[in-house]
Amino acid sequence: MSEPVTALQGASFDGFARVREIGPLGMITLRAKAGTKGLDKAVKAALGLALPAPRRMVWEGPADAGRGIGWMGPDEFLLVLPHADLPAALAALEAGLQGSHYLAVDVSDARCVFRIEGETADQVLRKLMPVDFDRLEPGELRRSRAAQVPAAIWAGEGGFTLVAFRSVAGYVMGLLSHSAQPGSELN
Amino acid sequence: MSTRLAKGGRLIDRSAGMEFTFNGKRMRGFAGDTLAAALLANDQMLVGRSFKYHRPRGIVASGAEEPNALVNLGTGARLEPNQRTTTTELFDGLAATSQNHWPSLELDIGVLNNAFARFLPAGFYYKTFMHPRPFWKHVFEPVIRQSAGLGKVPTDPDADRYEQAYAYCDLLVVGGGVAGLQAARIAGASGARVIVLEQSPHWGGRAPVDGDVIDGAPAADWINATLQALEKMENVTLRSRTMAHGVFDHGYVLAEERVADHTPGDGRPRKRLWRIRAAKVLTATGAIERPLSFAGNDLPGVMLASAARDYVVNWAVSPGDRTVVVTNNDDAYRTAIALVEAGLSVPAVIDARAEVTGALPARARALGIAVHAGRAVVKVKGGKRVTGVSIGLQAGEGAVLDEISCDAVAMSGGWSPVVHLYSHCGGKLTWDRKRAMFRPDPDRPPLTHDGSPLVYPAGAANGALSAAEALADAVETGLVAVKALGLKPGTTPLGRAEPADEAPMDPVWIMPQGAGAALKAKMWLDYQNDVKVSDVQLAAREGYQSVEHTKRYTTLGMATDQGKLSNINGLAVLAGALSEDIPAVGTTTFRPPYTPVTLGALAGEARGEIFQPLRRTPMQDWHQAQGAYLEPVGLWRRPYCYPRAGETHEQAVHREILNTRSNVGMLDASTLGKILVKGPDAGRFMDMLYTNVMSTLPVGKCRYGLMCNEQGFLSDDGVVVRLSDDSWLCHTTSGGADRIHAWMEDWLQCEWWDWQVFTANLTEQFAQIAVVGPKARQLLERLGGMDLSKEALPFMSFAEGTLGGFPVRAYRISFSGELSYELAVPAGQGAALWAALLAAGADLGLQPYGTEAMHVMRAEKGFIMIGDETDGTVIPQDLGLDWAISKKKADYLGKRGQERSFLASPERWKLVGFETLDGSVIADGAYVPAPGVNGNGQRNVQGRVTSTYLSPTLKKGIAMGLLKNGPGRMGEIVEFTTADGKGMVQARVTSPVFYDPKGEKQDV
Amino acid sequence: MLILECPYCGVKAEETELSPGGEAHLKRFGPGSSPEEFEDYMFARQNPKGVHFERWRHSYGCGKWFLAARCTATLEVFGTYPAQSSEPPAELVEKIKAKRPQWKGWK
Repeated sequence: MSEPVTALQGASFDGFARVREIGPLGMITLRAKAGTKGLDKAVKAALGLALPAPRRMVWEGPADAGRGIGWMGPDEFLLVLPHADLPAALAALEAGLQGSHYLAVDVSDARCVFRIEGETADQVLRKLMPVDFDRLEPGELRRSRAAQVPAAIWAGEGGFTLVAFRSVAGYVMGLLSHSAQPGSELN
Repeated sequence: MSTRLAKGGRLIDRSAGMEFTFNGKRMRGFAGDTLAAALLANDQMLVGRSFKYHRPRGIVASGAEEPNALVNLGTGARLEPNQRTTTTELFDGLAATSQNHWPSLELDIGVLNNAFARFLPAGFYYKTFMHPRPFWKHVFEPVIRQSAGLGKVPTDPDADRYEQAYAYCDLLVVGGGVAGLQAARIAGASGARVIVLEQSPHWGGRAPVDGDVIDGAPAADWINATLQALEKMENVTLRSRTMAHGVFDHGYVLAEERVADHTPGDGRPRKRLWRIRAAKVLTATGAIERPLSFAGNDLPGVMLASAARDYVVNWAVSPGDRTVVVTNNDDAYRTAIALVEAGLSVPAVIDARAEVTGALPARARALGIAVHAGRAVVKVKGGKRVTGVSIGLQAGEGAVLDEISCDAVAMSGGWSPVVHLYSHCGGKLTWDRKRAMFRPDPDRPPLTHDGSPLVYPAGAANGALSAAEALADAVETGLVAVKALGLKPGTTPLGRAEPADEAPMDPVWIMPQGAGAALKAKMWLDYQNDVKVSDVQLAAREGYQSVEHTKRYTTLGMATDQGKLSNINGLAVLAGALSEDIPAVGTTTFRPPYTPVTLGALAGEARGEIFQPLRRTPMQDWHQAQGAYLEPVGLWRRPYCYPRAGETHEQAVHREILNTRSNVGMLDASTLGKILVKGPDAGRFMDMLYTNVMSTLPVGKCRYGLMCNEQGFLSDDGVVVRLSDDSWLCHTTSGGADRIHAWMEDWLQCEWWDWQVFTANLTEQFAQIAVVGPKARQLLERLGGMDLSKEALPFMSFAEGTLGGFPVRAYRISFSGELSYELAVPAGQGAALWAALLAAGADLGLQPYGTEAMHVMRAEKGFIMIGDETDGTVIPQDLGLDWAISKKKADYLGKRGQERSFLASPERWKLVGFETLDGSVIADGAYVPAPGVNGNGQRNVQGRVTSTYLSPTLKKGIAMGLLKNGPGRMGEIVEFTTADGKGMVQARVTSPVFYDPKGEKQDV
Repeated sequence: MLILECPYCGVKAEETELSPGGEAHLKRFGPGSSPEEFEDYMFARQNPKGVHFERWRHSYGCGKWFLAARCTATLEVFGTYPAQSSEPPAELVEKIKAKRPQWKGWK
């Protein structure tokens, strides 16, 4: 057994905003349609949180060690939790959803997660994502792209959390560092 | 002489001197200068040579419309060609060189073209391309290549950084002149989210230069007050030095911000491309003055009247001591007055109009300026600089009545609204007869997503040329835009100017109107592409009627300035030659970009390491630290082989194969697609996706499967694993994971949406390591934790457990024909498992192997590879894979397609193996010719090779390929073409399985 | 560059967040269908200058396929609706008819 490592092993960059890779976080993709029998209770049991409204992230705790559940699509949720708690959460989902049509699977290692922090953290993302950040609502989880790769973001705790696929972690770190270069603020 | 005046210059800071060089010559300017202003201040009127005739050319304009004064800017890694001096801000240490001359600007041999101008008429290229062909290749092309082209292509990698940014707004105001500012204020007061873009570093546009009075005070006061008010509005963003260069569908606007063009090397990005999404766009882009077409209008010293005025007022630079003004309108009198007020001489205003009345001419006369009505410039005299003009009647044919010596000519043929952005998305124009200009047609604007107008032109861009009209038009248009946004106008102070007392202009397209051929051959329309009045008239005589055809034939308006000065004059000349009305001839299409955009800005961050999102497996660092030679597989970069010191790639591949077949090898297979399919209807869905039956696969077992598209052609393959009663894991090819996942979702969402199936793409969740070779089991048993025996884990089954403490899923599958385990481990532990295996297997001879060894081993075993044996026209039956196609299933994706008659033909090319008689390797892509030729005179063919390698195991060339009726021709000798196409190589048709045909080695 | 509103998540997605999927409301013809039916399903596509129904996937967002009615000439978007629709919603058809009286209907 070895300790799981993140793709970039906690790389960071200090520009006009601070960029750092966080994790490993526990992540579960849960696919189930709203109204599936046992869904609300199973999620509550697994995570201690209620199901989010469409396009929302419900988050509790610090940005890099809390628990959250995000609405990814009409029949898809992303559960985030401490890595060590994952097996119990999966088991709770399986128990609560037994007999219902659902899919719950560990995707912790398929992702990379970044924090972009600082007063002007939004500017780093405004350079990369076709997203109207002025109109981003509190608690909104936005799936879009960062330059050429899919990315999901939500705001909170003095910055943004960005989730992308693990294999492109180096690319995403490159994008974020390029965009956070001192002197390139969007005035 | 052009020089710096002792006083004035509203944009320059005389306390901040700057040094720069032009063609190596040291010159001085001030902060606030454009490069063009600074060049003129140093009496450098001659700045380039023309494209075709290499005529000396000077600065004509003072803004984005400049056709002549383009330079190579910077040196080395900061060299950029074709930079407009009129929009380049001067900075200390700037180095510019002139373009398009050889050997020097002052002495240019290409000017010989000028002497032969009558042999280089419109359509020269088309005519010359025709006959005689060798003449083109050996005479014209080498000469033209030597002398043609604008600027030098930089050879060094660009030293600067670029980036892009997204912005969103309700109203995008393009243009920071008085109309744009007024409209922005209205929109800002309504609460709309507003972005205002200005191309130059300065706000207010032409108004301060033209001496406009707003609200009873100089325009500059109103501009400053309005700017301050706008800056205070949180919903308004002002951005200068930003050129909006294209308006696209649904309010998408691209704009280039010159962040650090004027402060090179300060660490900021040089340029930033703004990708703006605006609900509505208000274009207050102003107007551009038109030149007049008289003989010699391209000589250095001939300038637009507005430009001459700009240089004097903005930068305190005189274009010359004695400037003759030639015009068909009142506005040019502002130039005459400004020059005289700056202490310069204006010997005459040549006005083509028969009668000259109005307030401005009256003021000019009061200043003692001679005004000659009904007159024309017959010809400008001079070589590299204007020395004088000869004057005649505008109504005449060019008889010279008088000559005036001068060193500059300021011309004005009227103004053309800048309608480009309005037109990019389909906005149509209307011809304004009174002002002889095309302006936006209010009834035919460009439309946006809901069918409503997208672009609202305002001010001079809408044909409202005077300050009074422009300010009023901006109010009207601004209110319309606010209303269109569904907002209510707020209250805000609005600027007002007194209507100007200006007499109407009189369109003049040729000066004098009856000029003969000799004069017309020296009247330039397009300075940058060297197109003259005579060229357009020739095109008309040769039968060109469409303005679009004439443009391409003559190259009018096709240079980097896209005809900003020449298009209207050119089409008016064409209309005249065709005896047509100008609106009947129409304009050419306005296409983005309005001004050239640096490639760096378009690329943005996408260069170097982040040019594209290269994908890395969890073991990538190790591969690269080993010096693995990488090959692209989609966006992955997989190790092709791991060469050791002194080894060629081929030697490395052969070593890796032989070692794997005799000891044990290890492959990073993490890139394989892994898609989870789960649900009550998952089995049914799997049976539709795959050609064989997957619903019957027992839990714990693996089965090879094929996926076809609806035409029946093979699209992907891989091993399917039954994980549990209601879940399957589908392995796809490395390049196919995302595509196949999308394919599954397409069918589930759009066709069988009542089926209860969920999918999840787990490709990146797992690192996957293939441990392959006779000693594979021995190696894994050393790690311990699972029973890996043949009995516990037989071929084509899998087990979950731990190996050396790692949580793994171990699949007994083989793509090499050897005893083989594929281990899936969470990606975060992939590198550690890889290292643990390496450590445990050192004395067993464990070596990693790359994709090429994998390819050769699978070919030795006769396994197909998607993309090698398939090309989108191959069905599984062609590859002898009938065993993987269910006969029982009523339906699967591709089944109906495969039932098409031509796919059942015995004539189809089918998979076989080939062994050359001499043991050599068949060339990649080689064909088996057949007798005779086809209808195109090409040799008939009956087959081709799809995979061909030197097998180190069998020590000879082996190949797979498709051959007409192949399986029926076993043992036959066929001939392949060789790589050079000259020889033939003989090969025997065999089974495609060369190695261990009974499959004993993998099943131990 | 188009903007289409995803009917599932409500995001007004720009074209770069979407993948196009060709003509909407095709009927699949499988085994047993005539050559003409299969040819029509596989290859025959409308290419109107005007109202067109098409498939799009919100591929960089919620991943869902949806359908859009769009004018190919003006790029006006009349509406978007879920892919799980055998035909366009009646109110959308009415809306298009009102805007394009010459339109002959969606089939």
